[in-house]
Amino acid sequence: MTTLDEGVAATTEDLETADNDQHPVGHGRMLRKEDPRFIRGMGTYVDDIQLRGMLHLAILRSPVAHATIVSIDVSAAQAHPKVKAVITGADLAEKGLAWMPTLSNDVQAVLATDKVRFQGQEVAFVVAEDRYSARDALELIDVEYDVLEPVVDVRRALAPDAPVIRTDLDGKADNHCFDWETGDEAATDAVFARADVVVTEDVVYPRVHPAPMETCGAVADYERVSGQLTLWTTSQAPHAHRTIYALVSGLPEHKIRVISPDIGGGFGNKVPIYPGYVCAIVASLVLNKPVKWVEDRTENLVSTGFARDYIMRGEIAATKEGKILAIRTHVLADHGAFNGTAAPVKYPAGFFGVFTGSYDLEAAYCSMTAVYTNKAPGGVAYACSFRITEAVYLVERMVDCLAYDLEMDPVALRRRNFIQPEQFPYTTKTGWVYDSGEYERALDLTLEMAGYDELRREQAEKRARGELMGIGLSFFTEAVGAGPRKDMDILGLGMADGCELRIHPTGKAVVRVSCMSQGQGHETTFAQIVAEEIGISPDDIQVVNGDTDQTPFGLGTYGSRSIPVSGAAAALVARKVRDKARIIASGMLEVSVVDLEWQKGSFMVKGDPGRSVTIQEIAMRAHGAGDLPQGVEGGLEAQICYNPENLTYPFGAYLCVVDIDPGTAVVTVRRFIAVDDCGTRINPMIIEGQVHGGLTDGVGMALMEMISFDENGTCLGGSLMDYLLPTALEVPHWETGHTVTPSPHHPIGAKGVGESATVGSPPAVVNAVVDALKPFGVRHADMPLTPSRVWDAMQGHPTPPI
Amino acid sequence: MQVPAPLEYQRATTVDEAIDLLERLGSEARLVAGGHSLIPMMKLRLTDLEYVIDINDLHDVLGYIRVGVGEVRIGAMTRHRELLDSPELAALFPIFADAERVIADPVVRNRGTIGGSLCQADPSEDLTAVCTTLDASCVIRGSAGERVVSMEDFHRGPYETAVAQDEILTEIRIPVRPSGSSAYAKVERRAGDWAVTSAGAAVWMDGPTIVDARVGLAAVGPNTTGIPEISALLRGRAPTEELYAEAATIASSTCSPTTDNRGTAEYKRHLAGELTRRTLRQAVTRIEAGVAGDMKGQS
Repeated sequence: MTTLDEGVAATTEDLETADNDQHPVGHGRMLRKEDPRFIRGMGTYVDDIQLRGMLHLAILRSPVAHATIVSIDVSAAQAHPKVKAVITGADLAEKGLAWMPTLSNDVQAVLATDKVRFQGQEVAFVVAEDRYSARDALELIDVEYDVLEPVVDVRRALAPDAPVIRTDLDGKADNHCFDWETGDEAATDAVFARADVVVTEDVVYPRVHPAPMETCGAVADYERVSGQLTLWTTSQAPHAHRTIYALVSGLPEHKIRVISPDIGGGFGNKVPIYPGYVCAIVASLVLNKPVKWVEDRTENLVSTGFARDYIMRGEIAATKEGKILAIRTHVLADHGAFNGTAAPVKYPAGFFGVFTGSYDLEAAYCSMTAVYTNKAPGGVAYACSFRITEAVYLVERMVDCLAYDLEMDPVALRRRNFIQPEQFPYTTKTGWVYDSGEYERALDLTLEMAGYDELRREQAEKRARGELMGIGLSFFTEAVGAGPRKDMDILGLGMADGCELRIHPTGKAVVRVSCMSQGQGHETTFAQIVAEEIGISPDDIQVVNGDTDQTPFGLGTYGSRSIPVSGAAAALVARKVRDKARIIASGMLEVSVVDLEWQKGSFMVKGDPGRSVTIQEIAMRAHGAGDLPQGVEGGLEAQICYNPENLTYPFGAYLCVVDIDPGTAVVTVRRFIAVDDCGTRINPMIIEGQVHGGLTDGVGMALMEMISFDENGTCLGGSLMDYLLPTALEVPHWETGHTVTPSPHHPIGAKGVGESATVGSPPAVVNAVVDALKPFGVRHADMPLTPSRVWDAMQGHPTPPI
Repeated sequence: MQVPAPLEYQRATTVDEAIDLLERLGSEARLVAGGHSLIPMMKLRLTDLEYVIDINDLHDVLGYIRVGVGEVRIGAMTRHRELLDSPELAALFPIFADAERVIADPVVRNRGTIGGSLCQADPSEDLTAVCTTLDASCVIRGSAGERVVSMEDFHRGPYETAVAQDEILTEIRIPVRPSGSSAYAKVERRAGDWAVTSAGAAVWMDGPTIVDARVGLAAVGPNTTGIPEISALLRGRAPTEELYAEAATIASSTCSPTTDNRGTAEYKRHLAGELTRRTLRQAVTRIEAGVAGDMKGQS
């Protein structure tokens, strides 16, 4: 049964007049502690690292998607006066380093040895005295390619005559990557067989890119005397990376220090280990010098972890009254040339299993076929909560298709099928245990903020005049905070997170977390979590992250897991410290611990408020002179490793209003109302910022973003003039609100929110565009809904983008 | 970081010096003005030039908008921002502000120049369509002297103009005729994107009758020169929705777009018509509203 915090039930946010410059000792609005350095341009990113004698590495990439490497002549590059080394795949193969494992237990070439398998694949690298010379020398390397037919069309990847991409795998005779299924096929088929209505639609979620502002890079510094490798790198998961480097390279783990300095955006792009990082390490080992590699924009867009690329056959079964009975889907997944998906090992399709959405179903079933193609590897990145964005898009599109066929209001249809508050914890037909939810309350707030009935009236009037206005709703439930170690690991590393808290003698504190901020404001939020528990001002709590020598082990920041896992760890470690402080306080006040009452920041004697000690006084006592209570060690610190018992399940109701110019088919997002429920809200300003970013992402994906390829497999999205990201001009003023349904198992009731808006917004925008096109008899049109593609739909031939 | 291949950099402080450098350095030399097309191409190593001749110092002599007798002269180094902010252009040729508002973004507009835009001759470039619509002519200078060519002769096709390797575009001249106005419209996938299709229209009227009209398109074919059939259709006619529709049909049928990531050829053909219709209508509306693009519009 869900516990409700009645005091903050359903709230419309007024960001125009919100006072963010507050100084809570705990949760609440406050300005971000990291912003003074960011807004002054004083952050320290990987490319800001300068070491004495540092050399620069540049990578030669394949210009073609599929080819045998006939020969590589590096002699002219080696003769360049500023070049220190030129390394090819053959050189790496001699050291056994030409291939590396991916996060999905596949292998990926560090540098190609036999053939190239996607355009932009790493073929050789140059190390030179400066970055300019390194780039110049790339042009002096002569590679002869014997071009092979590429596999570009994912639908043809398993054709009998398709060329085999992964000839490196023993006995591999096709491009099959894996099959996966979830749910009960027979039960689902039975429900479909007796349903009044079955709606089928093919839904494509195109390949998109996280496109962080900062591209990926690394500085590797190997000292041969000590055998110590220090790697500054753009990593969302420094500890996981270190362990994998140790396992792969044979360097002892304690001799590897991975440092993620400030990160300029990750969105999942900085979860994988890229060949460039390994090249930098190898170069430093070979040359005994620090070596920097920072990729350029094109390299980032063309070669690093993409997202989505699912072709989904969606089927939904319902009664004619609109009771949804079951959902069934088959997915064709394009994983590119190597399966580089970053997801827990038992979840090759990420958490796509939550495609059952927010609805109480009788049955559900998904089968998936994943294939290799001659495209960049990756497959899960981009703020998607491990494929939940695909799942939510599918179910929310299918529900709208059902509403279209049943001629029902999409709001009424959803309301009728929601999982009800008393059903939580709710186990879905694919086995996910939703922790808490009160869906109608969030929906009602959204409708109220939007003025839904008035919008529908306006739409009817406009339709009568031939104007195109659309109203799109999406309701999402996410599963975030991977995860319970009995179920979830990445390459054998359990997904629990450590946390350490130390209170200094003067009552200031340092909290060390295993997760890694990429702009989420961890230095502020984690200080607030600890402050709420221990009563020390967030300004007096330093948050350390991103350095494996300075922080406890944990799996990093992605999949909205920081607050569900590391945030829980921070709260619990603070309580552990507080428990010790209570014992020390009992000694100081000469009363029993049971006679002490905690009031944020101090312990006082029950019934005698005049007798109390502050946490600062306790900290000094813990480190000071005089006896402590029997059995109590000096110092005031604790550590913890938190293993979550379940994921957290944030949810939200989003409503989008679009206008379409009937003459040009240009879509304008006029309004967007977003109500999120992420349980307990630690810093509302930071949550709002995350929601705004994610909503903008969603508009981008819905209307313009797509990595496309020509028939040769050449990526057509290699610059930000070709791969379009939305700007402030494409998005409306965001109207946000929230409800609070705490997670029952999380120590402070918080749920992850970092990806909610990215997950929930694309279907809202697409549903709105499709709703606007209803007069044309359009039930579905695929993203990206560029003017040309919308116009196609208006002409009666909506076309899949691939 | 994308970095250009090694190259030599020269800075010209006079037009003659720029021409002299072009002659001396030969075919591997290029002028750089705003640099927003050339420098990205250099960084992507899509060009193999050996010298760049920076002419930004020429902004002092070639950055101007001068209203003369019967014509406006715009120096080739006039920046987009200056075109957008010019009250003279706003009064005479509202098409400039229409177009400039949708060219790239403020950062590019602060630096990019009209001369650079015309000489780059990108088929999706907007100012070429604007100048074509306004029947502009271009002043090209070389060591042998100056010559003046019409936009039809200036713009030879994608990335190709009448400016020879050792010449420089110095000025754009736009005739001012009575009772005229103009408009520009562009469809793009996102602010700052190149046009999917854009269209400019200029109309001159005598009372209720169209005396002359010109339409220029961008991004729908190898060149963006005007469409004489539309001018012929509109002359001597009264502006009506039916007439705009006829003009739109001509625009759709005479352009030759190709399918790419920005849109299908079919859609672009449709847009060529739709935007022709809209810009003609807008130009006429402006004339009727007294936003006349002639000297009377000057305050």
